[in-house]
Amino acid sequence: MLVAKSVEKSFQTSNGPLPVLRGVDLSLKSGETLALTGESGSGKSTFLHLAAGLDTIDAGTITISGTDVGTLSDAGRAELRRSRLGLVFQQFNLIPSLSVADNLAFQARLAGRLDPAWQVEITERLGLADLGARWPEQLSGGQQQRVAVGRTLAARPDLILADEPTGNLDEATGDQVLDLMLSLVAQSGAALLMVTHSDRLAARLDRRVHLRLGQLA
Amino acid sequence: MTALVFRTLLSHWRRRPFQIVTLLLGLTVATALWSAVQAVNAEARASYAAAASRLGGDQLDSFTVQGANSFDQSAYIALRRAGWEVSPMVEGRIRRADTTLRIIGFDPLTAPPQMGTGATLDADELGGFFGPGGVAFAEPDLIARLDGVDLPELRAVDGTPPRTLLMDIGAAQRLLDLDGQLTRLVSVPTATGPDPSDVTGLAFTRTPPEQGNDINALTDSFHLNLTAFGVLSFVVGLFIVYSAIGLAFEQRKPMLRTLRACGVPLARLLWVMLAELAALALIAGLAGVALGYFVAAALLPDVAATLDGLYGANVDGTLAFRPGWWAAGLAISMLGALIAAADTLWRTVHLPLLAPAQPNAWLGAQRRAMRWQIMAASLFIALAILGAALANSLIAGFALIAALMLGAALALPTLLSFALRVGAARARGPVSQWVWADGRLQLSRLSLALMALLVALSANIGVGTMVSSFRETFTGWLDQRLASEIYLTARDEAQADAILTYVAPRTTAQLPIFSTDLRWQGQQVELFGVADHATYRDNWPLIAQGPAPWDQLRARTGVLVNEQLALREGISPGDRLSLPTPSGLWALEVAAIYSDYGNPRGQLMVNVAGLTERFPDVDRLRYALRLPPGQAPDLIADLTERFDLGPQQIIDQQAIKSLSLSIFERTFTVTAALNVLTLGVAALALFTAMLTLQLMRLPAVAPLWAMGLTRAQLARIEMGRTVLLALLTGVLAIPVGLALAWVLMTIINVQAFGWRLPIFLYPLDWLRLVLLALVAAALAAALPALRLARTPPGALLRVFADER
Repeated sequence: MLVAKSVEKSFQTSNGPLPVLRGVDLSLKSGETLALTGESGSGKSTFLHLAAGLDTIDAGTITISGTDVGTLSDAGRAELRRSRLGLVFQQFNLIPSLSVADNLAFQARLAGRLDPAWQVEITERLGLADLGARWPEQLSGGQQQRVAVGRTLAARPDLILADEPTGNLDEATGDQVLDLMLSLVAQSGAALLMVTHSDRLAARLDRRVHLRLGQLA
Repeated sequence: MTALVFRTLLSHWRRRPFQIVTLLLGLTVATALWSAVQAVNAEARASYAAAASRLGGDQLDSFTVQGANSFDQSAYIALRRAGWEVSPMVEGRIRRADTTLRIIGFDPLTAPPQMGTGATLDADELGGFFGPGGVAFAEPDLIARLDGVDLPELRAVDGTPPRTLLMDIGAAQRLLDLDGQLTRLVSVPTATGPDPSDVTGLAFTRTPPEQGNDINALTDSFHLNLTAFGVLSFVVGLFIVYSAIGLAFEQRKPMLRTLRACGVPLARLLWVMLAELAALALIAGLAGVALGYFVAAALLPDVAATLDGLYGANVDGTLAFRPGWWAAGLAISMLGALIAAADTLWRTVHLPLLAPAQPNAWLGAQRRAMRWQIMAASLFIALAILGAALANSLIAGFALIAALMLGAALALPTLLSFALRVGAARARGPVSQWVWADGRLQLSRLSLALMALLVALSANIGVGTMVSSFRETFTGWLDQRLASEIYLTARDEAQADAILTYVAPRTTAQLPIFSTDLRWQGQQVELFGVADHATYRDNWPLIAQGPAPWDQLRARTGVLVNEQLALREGISPGDRLSLPTPSGLWALEVAAIYSDYGNPRGQLMVNVAGLTERFPDVDRLRYALRLPPGQAPDLIADLTERFDLGPQQIIDQQAIKSLSLSIFERTFTVTAALNVLTLGVAALALFTAMLTLQLMRLPAVAPLWAMGLTRAQLARIEMGRTVLLALLTGVLAIPVGLALAWVLMTIINVQAFGWRLPIFLYPLDWLRLVLLALVAAALAAALPALRLARTPPGALLRVFADER
């Protein structure tokens, strides 16, 4: 599903280029869940952004289902995100002007893969059935993140990229959201690459790799 | 996907209806004011074009006798007999039912086909047309107005010029008291024949069709002034739109990032945003053009009165529906929306997909923006200073104003920031320190509205100073210029002689004022003949003169030139002019230049004896009478009764002064109205900015509330700070407004009208205007402050609960 080879990325600073990723090799199979851990600044979020086509690689390759992300244009990368990927962010990133129900269906409709039955199931499993008419700011943090997870899963992506999805939640709520996410990911057959700095959460996924100073440890 | 993205973008407005109302309101008002001015201009120009094309004015040659307003119709008969295919016309003005009517008499049998009288006459009607009572053609509205007035039978013909009656030449001669007289002849440009002067013994001048289109040339500067105000109002309105679109972008930034992260391509996103903008612009455009129609309809009667009083240009006081104007209004709305949104679209293109984690990014961005603004401001102000030294045309003058206003507006945030920094440095106590420091934070979001306020206040001060200075100068000038007690226009020379003989014992002087029109240096010029008398020597408003102007005039070697003609032709005292006369060129030395406010035409003054000698056919009908001032009313009453004089034939000094002042006041009615509208739009900009800002203020004020300030205290602080910023803006607007007044009076007025005016200062007016701005700011801030005072504690608490 995802293969990364010798991925390098630097950021320009006033003191010259700052290397963030220094030759990362990583792979992920369909249906597999992988935790990418590391200290702050180790480059784990940067890797996730490169895999999602949100940023561009300096050197190396990342392929998703055989497609080299680095060779795609901006429109191509957008199409990849729309059709194959699902992104979950720490900040939820819901659309504030859409209702909860519309947010949940948004990605699936954008991808042209809205499945009403699957939508209903996800909504019920996430405990959002009674909240469909509300606006995002009327929800708690845990509820908002459940909507974000539901939005991603509703589109049945091949690969879910999650960046600290429980980072903004307390431990109990975070566990609850992660339980639901892992259960639904397993049910949908998607692969999951989750960035986290929590060893405890990482231990709940199939595999884990640790990033230190831009290299896999 | 496109429809989904479109709906998602629109969902933002559904959640924030006030924001879309602000945007639509700004664009509607901007379009309305722009469209109103364009409609007024288009209507006026259409009237000029109709007047020019009516009776073939734009296609036929005219024959007039130099130095005479009319000539005997035997000259026409002589020319026809000599083979000239000319047609006679008689034109003049009469006053009926409080309306000045233009009378045009023509001969339908000899009129060239290009005259196109606008009506076909059957045999019966032809009989009526020539009959004793006659038939006159007029526009339907005019006929309704003239109901019951003693005139020939009126028949409605659409497209007849406003306030004009077309009739048979015989009927027109009777109506104008010009029996047996014609004012001009017309022919097709290809008509030929023997020299008309040889045939008739009169000095005929042949003028090509609408040479120079005098009315258009004369009124161009008036319309340019209106257009400049239209642009100013439009720009001030766009401040609101820019502010609303910019705020929406800031609030929609996370949505845009999410859309991109979910796989919406940038190009698609931009197209959908453009489509959304076009839809909004279309709605605002339609509303704006409709509103503009009503504004134009309200302004048009004053504009028509001004153009009539100032230039003698007939403009219909009612507004016609013109599809082209609607299309132009919609186009300008689209263009305005695009200009206001260009920055947002640019930022969308360069929006990083990953939000930078820089909580203080606004500070850096604000500093960067201010650096650019102050650099641009310096550039514009330098251009304005350069323009002040070099501007020598109307367009250059307006470019100078644009540079001045832009420079001042762009410099405003930096100057306000400096003032707030000074305030913060002197503040004692934590709350006052916060007030000043938070003011700087707010500045970036309020600066656009404050810029709009600065522009509107400066325009008010500038235009107000110009109008008041002009009024003061004009009133003094009228006293000098209209020194005689009574002005008399006799029906004919016999009546003039009879009146002069009758009044001789009761007057101290009878001063002839004879005049004729000349075509000189390619333009129509009025040539006046006046007597050598203390009335002129003591009072006439000379602004530049040779050593003995009045002696030169008496000796018939000197000519006085009005200021506008002198400026236009670069004439100074001592220069020599050659004037065409029936007996050849008349060489004269320029003895002096005099001010002649309110007159768009060039004017020359010579000794009256010299005038009658060179122009023997000149009408000898007008006189100024000097007598002890208290006796004027009795004499006027006596003459009116004894000689059956109409109110236009005998006028006392006070009546002329009142008439002149009323024309003057009307000239600036429209300017004043647009001035007030612009200030209103600026107040609206401030109000909308305050209301939208209030929605974003909770995170800034909630900590203060948590630390022990009441909501009412916070509301008062918010309101006080807005008023303070308006005060600082108002104070800065004074020098900018005075600079604008200087440009208007020393460049624009001189180029547009040929009048140079002294500048007077009116500090009380500035104080009143600044107070008005403070009231506007207080009103603009009142509602947001009230909402803040009533914000439920829960909403403030959520600031701390939200993970922002």
